[in-house]
Amino acid sequence: MFEITSKEKIAAKEYEIWVKAPQVASHAKPGQFVVIRTSHNGERIPLTIADFNVEKGEIRLIFQAVGKTTYEMATMKVGDSLQDIAGPLGRPSEIKKYGTVLMIGGGVGIAAILPILKTLKDAGNKVITILGGRSADLVILKDECEKHSDELIVTTDDGSMGMKGVVTDGMKVLAKRGEKIDHAWSIGPTVMMKFSAYTAKDLGIPIFVSLNPIMVDGTGMCGACRVTVGKNIRFACVDGPEFDGYEVNWDEVMNRLRQYKDQEKISLENYMAKVGDLSWL
Amino acid sequence: MAVIKISNNKTPIKEQDPKVRAHNFKEVVLGYSLEEAVAEANRCLQCVNQPCVAGCPVNIDIPGFILALKNRDLTKSAEILKSYNNLPAVCGRVCPQESQCEGRCTVGKMKGHEPVAIGKLERFVSDWEASQETINIPEISSKKLGKVAIIGAGPAGLTAAADLAKMGYEVKIFEALHAAGGVLMYGIPEFRLPKSIVEREINFIKSLGVEIDTDSIVGRSITISELKNDFDAIFIGTGAGTPSFMNVPGTNLNGVYSASEFLTRINLMHAYEFPESDTPVRLGKHVVVVGAGNVAMDASRSALRLGAENVKIVYRRSEEEMPARIEEYHHAIEEGIEFHWLTNPIEYIGDDKGNLTAVKCIKMELGAPDASGRRRPVPIQGSEFTIETDMVVEAIGQTSNKVLLSAFPELKLTPHGYIEADPETGQTSIKGVFAGGDIVTGAATVILAMGAGKKSAIAIDEYVKSKKVAR
Repeated sequence: MFEITSKEKIAAKEYEIWVKAPQVASHAKPGQFVVIRTSHNGERIPLTIADFNVEKGEIRLIFQAVGKTTYEMATMKVGDSLQDIAGPLGRPSEIKKYGTVLMIGGGVGIAAILPILKTLKDAGNKVITILGGRSADLVILKDECEKHSDELIVTTDDGSMGMKGVVTDGMKVLAKRGEKIDHAWSIGPTVMMKFSAYTAKDLGIPIFVSLNPIMVDGTGMCGACRVTVGKNIRFACVDGPEFDGYEVNWDEVMNRLRQYKDQEKISLENYMAKVGDLSWL
Repeated sequence: MAVIKISNNKTPIKEQDPKVRAHNFKEVVLGYSLEEAVAEANRCLQCVNQPCVAGCPVNIDIPGFILALKNRDLTKSAEILKSYNNLPAVCGRVCPQESQCEGRCTVGKMKGHEPVAIGKLERFVSDWEASQETINIPEISSKKLGKVAIIGAGPAGLTAAADLAKMGYEVKIFEALHAAGGVLMYGIPEFRLPKSIVEREINFIKSLGVEIDTDSIVGRSITISELKNDFDAIFIGTGAGTPSFMNVPGTNLNGVYSASEFLTRINLMHAYEFPESDTPVRLGKHVVVVGAGNVAMDASRSALRLGAENVKIVYRRSEEEMPARIEEYHHAIEEGIEFHWLTNPIEYIGDDKGNLTAVKCIKMELGAPDASGRRRPVPIQGSEFTIETDMVVEAIGQTSNKVLLSAFPELKLTPHGYIEADPETGQTSIKGVFAGGDIVTGAATVILAMGAGKKSAIAIDEYVKSKKVAR
């Protein structure tokens, strides 16, 4: 069992927790993820490791309540335990001195971009960060990202913070002013990663994206998470989660994410009927 | 000389009616009563040369346990079984007896006779023992001979762990999944091997003092060098572990599964109990399963139980080359699985939302024998045809999982990517590191993995002892 040691609401339906998982904490590297289960009947779902504290033996997980498992996690309290945490899984991010790196984060994907951004900064890169959200309250971890970035650009769909627009608009602003970018990362909703990869390609910037397909074991045993990259079938859990953004078959990624849409709805409705009002989340 | 009269056929065993069982996940075979088991035990000739024993990968004293059963001394019978085999209730259910013990049985060689139902008797005795209030736990040597790390809680690892614990070693198993059992938990369905039986066997192994650390991925959450520091020897029994795909166009359409994923969702994650269990699985109406091994039988019969209207197995070779256990094949036919021999998928076709709608197949014919000695299937030009389907499960085998291997680059591999290990000891290219089961042989059977675990346990004992003497 893996005990929750702290919990904080960071946006509407978005939470941050620290969980006791010493083996994971002592082996984790930026870009990796864990597979968790809330209970004996729980589903195995992947979550990015947003941070880790080796001394305390804890990892930080940031999630948005979207399905049954994440809703259930959102209702858990400090002192409660997750049934399982397996990890760290996936290949770590390729950290080295690139020169100038552009880090693009959207939604809860910002939690995934943060540890990579920090480590790239420590490796001597100039870090420019673009954070995107529908509105100001959904731009999470802004201060932390800003602390480890040389420059931070925020874009919101409604203009309630930073520039009005989406992350690709931020990319274009940088291009226009002639900023030379050596490598980019984009992590967030699939559609955001897709369009930031297209824009990066137009601008000639190499870009990594971190895919979050449906997984079961997370160790290469089942192939649920397969994606087409270039001409090859790759398993996001062991060959990824980061891939060359130019090469990903995005429509397929999005189709595959919708595979269990109907069952996901049933599962969540049943859970809500059981626990009652969850609008406070 | 008295003439011994032996009935020609095995004592019939009760099974769930095919029409009923095709809609539930309960065990198909219901087992013998004591009287039936004794009747079957009486068919054993107790022959001197014991060909059955030589046919068993763990060399169980088969005539011995059957004789005790004949004499209605079930305690002794169970004791004999357990002294050779740590998982008898599992083996009685899933071993390919027809090519092992029963395949060599003297009675089976007599004209018009079926062999003694050794598997069913093994099952009976171990189930009887489990139903007793107290289970005999063998005496465990109290001296602590050393510490052994086992990677993977499947048949190979569990067997090596149990044998080493009995010898007096401190044993810790590192298991990547949240439950121990390996393929017995995620691969073989409930209707063939109830999970309560697997758990019972695992509890027995834990009672020997074996510690099992789940959610523990060697190479990720713990490194090989950490293991080397903390343990005297390491046994790798991770299984083959990565599904192969045909790689035909359309493989990533929604509705195309590897058998590993489909069966893991059902068996380990209990998707057949959705929504009581959180993990879903697609409920295909017209299902096509590719392959004709035991895994294909399990996948097709599972799809039927989830409510499929029809399930077709397509196999590129013919019935004769089919690798499945004969009992599973018969059960599949009884339940209404259709078999399409000499048929191979060449493309999956989907709609504009990425959902599978059909599979394009080609007819095959058998040509000259290939490396496996089986006649090689060759496509018949112009014989393409289409099957409407909303779900395909590919059960065409596995390759080696690289999670551990990539974290252990000094370990020598075979040209096929499996671990190079001595077949008699499991010794790998690295001192103190042993390996056995599918990660050495490629996908094989539960009992062969158990046999490898047994041999390695002996070799590990010798290795650790010699190391301690040298010190």
